[in-house]
Amino acid sequence: MLSLKRISKSYKVGTFGGKDFLAVRDVSFDINEGEVVSLIGESGSGKTTVGKMVLKLIEITHGAIVLDGVDVASVKGADLKQYYRSVQGVFQDPFSSYNPIFKADRVFGMLQSEYFPDMARSEWNDKIEAALRAVTLEPDQVLGKYPHQLSGGQLQRLLVARALLLDLKILVADEIISMLDASTRIDVLNLLAELKARGMGILFITHDLSLGNYISEKTVILRRGVIVEMGATQKVFGNPTHPYTRMLISSVPQLHKKWAQIEAELAAPIAGRGGCLFHEAYPLAGRTHDGASDDPTMAKIEDDHFVGCFELESEKISRVA
Amino acid sequence: MSLQVTDLKVYYRTLAGDVRALDGATFSIGDGEIMGLAGESGCGKSTLGNSLIRLDGRMKYVGGNVNLDGADVPIWDKQAMIPFRFREVSVVPQYAMSAMNPTRKIGLMVRELIESRGMAFRDINVELERRIDVVGLDQSVLKRYPIELSGGMKQRMVMVISTLLNPSLLIADEITSALDVSTQRAVAETLVSFRDHGFVKSMMVITHDVSILYQIADSILIMYAGKLAEKASTTTIIQRALHPYTQMLVASLPEVGVRYADKKLTGIPGSPPSLLTPPTGCRFRARCPLAFAKCAEEPPFVEVEPDHSVACWKVAGPNA
Repeated sequence: MLSLKRISKSYKVGTFGGKDFLAVRDVSFDINEGEVVSLIGESGSGKTTVGKMVLKLIEITHGAIVLDGVDVASVKGADLKQYYRSVQGVFQDPFSSYNPIFKADRVFGMLQSEYFPDMARSEWNDKIEAALRAVTLEPDQVLGKYPHQLSGGQLQRLLVARALLLDLKILVADEIISMLDASTRIDVLNLLAELKARGMGILFITHDLSLGNYISEKTVILRRGVIVEMGATQKVFGNPTHPYTRMLISSVPQLHKKWAQIEAELAAPIAGRGGCLFHEAYPLAGRTHDGASDDPTMAKIEDDHFVGCFELESEKISRVA
Repeated sequence: MSLQVTDLKVYYRTLAGDVRALDGATFSIGDGEIMGLAGESGCGKSTLGNSLIRLDGRMKYVGGNVNLDGADVPIWDKQAMIPFRFREVSVVPQYAMSAMNPTRKIGLMVRELIESRGMAFRDINVELERRIDVVGLDQSVLKRYPIELSGGMKQRMVMVISTLLNPSLLIADEITSALDVSTQRAVAETLVSFRDHGFVKSMMVITHDVSILYQIADSILIMYAGKLAEKASTTTIIQRALHPYTQMLVASLPEVGVRYADKKLTGIPGSPPSLLTPPTGCRFRARCPLAFAKCAEEPPFVEVEPDHSVACWKVAGPNA
């Protein structure tokens, strides 16, 4: 449904913007109907940049994002409004997503005046009520309240409800649960799973591997703007192959295994494999991705499981930041 | 027994009345023990941590006792606390990025800090350099400004500074929350190594992330709405907790390996009560699936087996 084709983003950096910084390069993956794709990366990996490009909040430097056959970059003017009918985002901090001096349900009112100006008030109210119930909120508990009167989880669910009012195909969820408490976190996560059952495609951006593992069908691991490993979630987590993925998984605090134990399990070398699996498959693939080359970026190691180059720009992976 | 806290009460003064953020806490931390303190936001865990070192202007000491290594800690008296802070009780704050003076090179800042306590920097210098090695930083950090360090490096530098005088108790408040997973692990393991090296005698690690505590803590104290809910060894809390709140909190954590399709986790319905007018009886009653008539009375925090205390009528039995 939504497909990212070798997208790259470079930012101008330096005092006079004289240098280019490639925040994202050659990122390709698809999001299908009813699928949650988790985009996992540490800070500075470019995961939010990818989300922003999908939402058309920033321009794409190279490559294309295609939604149902239409190149998203070409969508302009009145069509853009139609685009946002099907693609919406929810962000990390629910408290700064609302204007504190207005009531929280103002976000619904703005949506009506923009997208449904002709809808009768009663019909609109029914629609809101249905959307609120879909995100397990009681309408009379949240309508007419100010943001500070609601909890973070409630505000976050209100934003998801707002997205539901549109005929949404893709939801970009950028770290939407990292600000929430452990006890409410899982409710918002389960809500995403229900949306997925309605056929929505969700790009779930997170730094928390256990959350990504819980919810998603497909996992994309991003490091410094480059995909290092991707594929079906069970394969990526069950058989982590890239050294960076293995390091990440061994660092996640787990509830029933101590770190030393996980590390010992992952330290065992993969049988019969040494060196970079990507360059074993494509020995000639260019080592300098400038965003314009046609070299492959990922090598297939099993069905629905791909890895990128193991070389990590001559710096060794260490847990010491 | 390193730290003994008895019936400590600290309220926040607001125009609407007192917010009972910490309403009677009794527990102890042994020598060499790393105690984790966990709970939802607004349950009073940071209030407990902060009250042991510094009561800020909004906080009001209401009652209770704090005893550290046999000496009473006068937490209600700002002046009398000065000899305790940094020397006996020290804190690693959550935001290491703003914990250091941005206008000073780190070495100079540490020197000024030590000298402000009436000590000679010369006496500390060797130890400072040794500890920088222990946490895996380069000696050159002392010649750099805080802005030149990454988040994890800053966090570890702040940990070195906080523990320079070998405090008896170290309070680490959400120190891993703002960090990436790999850095998080390095910082958490550094905490353990500080205890193993004897830089600090005992530690209180405050976090909302129970899985971090499972990795590093010896015991875990769970708080709910200003009250203690359960305290036991780490394995007991994770594997056979008795308080329904602890059970629900642990069960709501997604783990690597647990997937929605296989096992749907559930959160805890409802939200914590307002501490301005806390409900009478058990404060978890409204959200508790096991609540019964007896819960209208406040459950005592009692030891149900050695080193395992719970505040719940269902566990302690109606005759407790």
